[in-house]
This record gives sequence, structure tokens and C-alpha cells, in this order.
Amino acid sequence: MSRRPYVREVPPTAWYFRHPRYLRYMAREVTSIFVGAYCVLLTVGVLRLAQGQASYEAFLQALQSPASIVFQLLAFAAASYHAVTWFTATQKAMPLQLGDEFVPGGWIAGAHFVGWGLLSAAILYFAGVF
Amino acid sequence: MAKSHKPVVWFPFAAGGTVVAFFIPVIALLTLLAAVGHVPAGLQYDQLLAVAHHPLGKLAIFSVLALSLWGSAHRLRCTCFDFGLRIDGLVAAVLYVAAIACSLLAGYALLGL
Amino acid sequence: MKERTVQLEVLRYNPDTDSEPHFQRYEVVCQDEWVVLDALNEVKETLDPTLNYRWSCHMAVCGSCGMMINGEPKLACHTFLRDYPGVIRVEPLAHFPIERDLVTTPDDFMEKLKRVKPYLIPKKPKPLEAGEYRQTPAQLTKFRQYSMCINCMLCYAACPEYGLSPHFIGPAAITLAHRYNQDSRDGGRDERQEVIATQEGVWECTFVGACSEVCPGHVDPASALQQVKILSCFDWIGEHLLPGGKK
Repeated sequence: MSRRPYVREVPPTAWYFRHPRYLRYMAREVTSIFVGAYCVLLTVGVLRLAQGQASYEAFLQALQSPASIVFQLLAFAAASYHAVTWFTATQKAMPLQLGDEFVPGGWIAGAHFVGWGLLSAAILYFAGVF
Repeated sequence: MAKSHKPVVWFPFAAGGTVVAFFIPVIALLTLLAAVGHVPAGLQYDQLLAVAHHPLGKLAIFSVLALSLWGSAHRLRCTCFDFGLRIDGLVAAVLYVAAIACSLLAGYALLGL
Repeated sequence: MKERTVQLEVLRYNPDTDSEPHFQRYEVVCQDEWVVLDALNEVKETLDPTLNYRWSCHMAVCGSCGMMINGEPKLACHTFLRDYPGVIRVEPLAHFPIERDLVTTPDDFMEKLKRVKPYLIPKKPKPLEAGEYRQTPAQLTKFRQYSMCINCMLCYAACPEYGLSPHFIGPAAITLAHRYNQDSRDGGRDERQEVIATQEGVWECTFVGACSEVCPGHVDPASALQQVKILSCFDWIGEHLLPGGKK
């Protein structure tokens, strides 16, 4: 009897196909591509705003191209998915103990979702959407 | 192995992730409305300029933008590693520099208003 | 009692004769209420005495019988055959070297576990005559969940970051460090932080969360590691940004 332990390598570029939970994780991580690109778009918007009215109006006009709309829809979906995963995970990163018991995780997630909804509604209101 | 300085990049990432979650979906909704031709009043030139003129407005726009950029850059760095890109130093440098450059550009533009 | 013939596909590896592992299929007559471990025992007793695997308590307490069952890290004693209608594929725990058949080499985990000092380090020596340590229910609640770890290593088999970066100290060991750090009787946090607040420590974690999903003891290592990250950030601020910091 001899020892000859067999090491199985993890495929570095394809490991996430091994289990659905890894694909869910990668979906969460990949949102950063769309959110990051969208933040660059917002940066451009701020620069155009600083360049004056004509420049900014042209930026708003450019937002209307079909490619831009598709991109913004993807960014919206990605950011929303990120938000859902983030708020659901907060209870893990910051569990709250009151007295002898932990506050149920669902309450912490729920409070975040309520806050998210109120904040979004307030921003839409102040932006004059309704 | 010495204690890591990772908090320097991770703490702003955690803040950025929170900011993205709370603010980016609704901001994307606003620009989408503008994109389909219904520019919300808040995105009209005069109104947005008025917000950007106010010191608190500048601070708010800059904070949301800079933290979101950083949060995305850091997560993208980890994602590159997860996809099998084994040049983490280079990836980190490129993404962090890009995030800081965008933040500085936006900050400079806001200060000039 | 109902009987069923179960198709077991077991990964075999004999270091003396095999260059690499291969699957072997067994048809086992099983009782309906059996777990996968019972089926393996049946194979060993009636079909193939050469089959190797670890087990001890048969009641999800000892943590010995962790293996991949249809790709999922599971305790074989805690996995009911009735939940698996088709062929059941049994492999050794992922991310650990295979010693023989379903037996893996746990040395890496054992070494890491030792490194994080998973035991009480009293704040100051306390003689026996001084009496016992007292703890309030709230102080117990703070770490109780993390003390449920049975060192079964399922979380390591689930953690892709451990698979990709084997130097990662990993979920269970860091969680146990956190368990003692959270204990009101303990004063060893600074020592443990030197081990876990490192790149190969908690910062290798990207919060996949798989560890918590597979943990048979509901320890929630993912939660512990995120807390360690946040607390390590506060440490860093205290050490580098505030006056009177350590470094």
C-alpha cells in the first residue's frame, strides 16, 4: 500500500458551469460590467452638463439611439438584480442582535427593500416624474 | 503573512455596492425615460444645472458616481479572476485607475460649475 | 418496509494500480428509508469489500462521511435515497486530493484549522479557584451558531475560491476563528487577526455563499466571513488612520 493522492484540478475558466449556484453567483458578479459601463455613461453626462446647454442637449439626444436604449435597459436590469442580491445579503454581513436574539434576517432584508422603494419614489417625485 | 491592506479597496467597494443598489436602478429609470423622449423635469438642463450648482448637489452627484464606479471596478476585478484571467495585478491597476480617472473628471467638471 | 434497487455510481481510485480515478456502477438492493451511507455499507458487505470510505457516527455529528452526491457536497449519513429517483453518483469531496476511492486527504484543512487557534485564549490567566467563567444568554447567542461546526469540510468542497486558490484559509477555519473572537471569555482576537486578516485569509473570499448553502450544521460561514471583513476594515482604520494606531 502506497500513498499517491490524486489531485483533481479545478478548470479555471469553466468552473462555474459545475453547479447552478455558481452561475447565480457569476450572474451577480457580471452585473458589474453593465453597472460600471453605465456609470461611465453618467460620467459623460456630467461632463456634457459642464460643457453647456448645447452639449448636454446633444447628450440627451444621443441617449435616444436604439443601442443606447438597449444598453440602458440592460444596465437597469443589472443594477436591479444587484440591488436584490445586495439587500438580501445584508443580513449576513451585518446581523443585528437585540438582547438575547438575532433580529430575523427577513426583517433586515425587508427594511432595506422598503427603504429602497421609498427612496426611489422620492427621487422620481423630485425629478418631476409624478 | 502580514495583515492585508485590502480594506483600502474593499471598504469603498462595500459602500459603492450599497450606493449602486439604492441609486443606480432609479437613475437608470430616469435616463430611460429621457431616452424614450419623456425627459423628466429633473434631467432638463436648467434644473440639473441648478442641482449641480449647489454645493450639496455637487457632493451628492460626485459621491454617488465615484462610489458606484469604484464598487463596479472592484467587483469587475474579482469577476475577471473568476473567469480565469490570472493577471490580477494588471486588471486591478487598469480598473482602479479607470474608476479614479472618471471620478476625477466628474469632480473637476462639477467644481467648475 | 419497501425495497428498491438503487444504481450507485461510485468514483474508484486505487493508488497502487490506477493512474486516475474511474466510475464503477453498483446495483444495490436498498430499504426505502436508507441513506446513501447505508447503501455504501451494503455494497461493502455484499458486493465489493474493497470499497473505501470514511464514516463513524451515522447521525450527522462526527463529520466524517462528507462526499459529493450528484455533484453536491453532502454528509452520506444525512442524504436519503428516497430523494434521488435516478442513478446516484458518489464522488470524494471536491477540492481535496483523493487518497483512495471516497477517502480524501484532509491535511490542508487540518493545518489551517490549527493556524487560526480555534480554542479559548483567556484575556488573563485565571486560577481554578477563581471559579467558572460566566456568560449571559446574549453573550452566548453572539457565537453559538458558529460553534456548531463539525469540521466536515463540505464548505471547502463547495467553495470555488478555495478550489481556485488552495492557499485560501477557507470558510470553516475562519468561521471558527470568528466564533472565538466573538466569545466574551476570549482575548485572542489580535493573534487570530494576524492569520485571518491576510490576503490568503478572509480577503480571498468573494461571498459566493455556497459554504452556507451546503453546511449541514446551519453554521452560515458566509455570514461569519463578511463580518470578519467588516471588522478587519475597522481594525485597519484604527491602525492606519486614527492617531495612536498600532502601525
